[in-house]
Amino acid sequence: MNPILECRNLVKKYGYKEALSNLDLTVERGKIVGLLGPNGSGKTTLIKLSNGLLSPTSGELLIDGKPVGVETKKIVSYLPERTYLNSWMKVSNIIDFFTDFYDNFDKNKAYEMLERLHINPKDQLKTMSKGTKEKVQLILVMSRKADLYLLDEPIGGVDPAARDYILNTIISNYNPDGTILISTHLISDIEQILDDVIFIQNGTIIKTASVDDIRSQEGKSIDTLFREVFRC
Amino acid sequence: MAWELKPDRPIYIQLLDYIKLGIISGKYLPGDKLPSVRDLAEEASVNPNTMQKALVELERLGMVYTQRTSGRFITEDTEMINKIKETVAKEKIVEFFESMEKLGFSPKETIQIIENEAKEIIL
Repeated sequence: MNPILECRNLVKKYGYKEALSNLDLTVERGKIVGLLGPNGSGKTTLIKLSNGLLSPTSGELLIDGKPVGVETKKIVSYLPERTYLNSWMKVSNIIDFFTDFYDNFDKNKAYEMLERLHINPKDQLKTMSKGTKEKVQLILVMSRKADLYLLDEPIGGVDPAARDYILNTIISNYNPDGTILISTHLISDIEQILDDVIFIQNGTIIKTASVDDIRSQEGKSIDTLFREVFRC
Repeated sequence: MAWELKPDRPIYIQLLDYIKLGIISGKYLPGDKLPSVRDLAEEASVNPNTMQKALVELERLGMVYTQRTSGRFITEDTEMINKIKETVAKEKIVEFFESMEKLGFSPKETIQIIENEAKEIIL
C-alpha cells in the first residue's frame, strides 16, 4: 500500500520567497500526526499543497501514490484555518450541501455529533460564536469517511473545555485506517492524542519522531522540546 | 478515576501504570472484561494506538489476556496480582524513604516518625 502522503523534493515559492524548500516527507496510514512549527514555517503551505489549493513550484506531492487531483480530493477531508461557509446558512442546509458534495459524507454521524455538542441544526452560522462555528466545521470535516484528514489549527478559537471535547471528537470519530494531520501551536493540549510529530522550520523538516520515543529518549514533553528547538 | 498524565514519561507507560493500579486496587476485578481500546482511549483522552500499545504490554506481562472475538479480560491469577501489589508497595516505600532522606531524615528517624504518626491515626 502506498503511504497516504509523500513529498519528494517539494518546493513552493511565493514570488522570490521560498515557503517550502526541497521537502522530503512520508506520512503513514492510521496515525494521528502533529505538524508543528513556529509561525511562517510552512505548515499551512504544506496543507494547502496537499489538498490542491496551491500547486508545487517543483518536486512532487503524492496522496495515496497519486498526484493531487479529483481522485485525491475524494479521500482528503480538509479543515481550513478560516471558515469558508456562508454565514446565512443553517447547519442543516450545510449538511445537505456536504451530502450532495461528498459521497463519503455520513449525515447521521454529523447529526449525532451536533447533538453531543448541543448545537441546534436549525441555527444559522451567523448567530453562532466563533468557537461554535469552529465546532460545526470540525464536525463537517470529521463526518466524512476519508483516508486523510488535514486539520489546520482546529482548536485555536475554542475554550479549554471545548478543546477537550473536540479532541475527544477527533479520537472517537476518526476512521482507524485514516490518517489525521493536525497543524497547531497548542502542543500541550494535543500531544497526548498524537502518534507522531513533524517539526518544520523555514520550509524544511527538521525532525520526525514518535511522541513516546521523544518522551523516553529526551525525558521531556513535545511542548518542552518544541520550546527548546524553536527558542527565539 | 482521572487520567493525569505527566509530561516527562512515555504516555503508554503511564497508561499501563494506571490500569495496573486499577487491577491491584480492585477497580478491575480478576476475570473482569476490560472496556474496549476505543472507550479506554476516550476515557483517558489519548490516542487509541497509544492505548493499544499499553494493553499489548499488559498482555505481555500476563496481567490481561485476550479472548478471541470477545475482548480483553483481567487475569484470574490472584497470586500474581498480589505479587504485583507487593512490588508496587515496595517501590512506593523506597520512594518515600528517598524523599525523607532529601529532607534530612535517616531511615531510622523516618521509621520513628512513622510509628508516632501511626499511633495518632490508629487512635
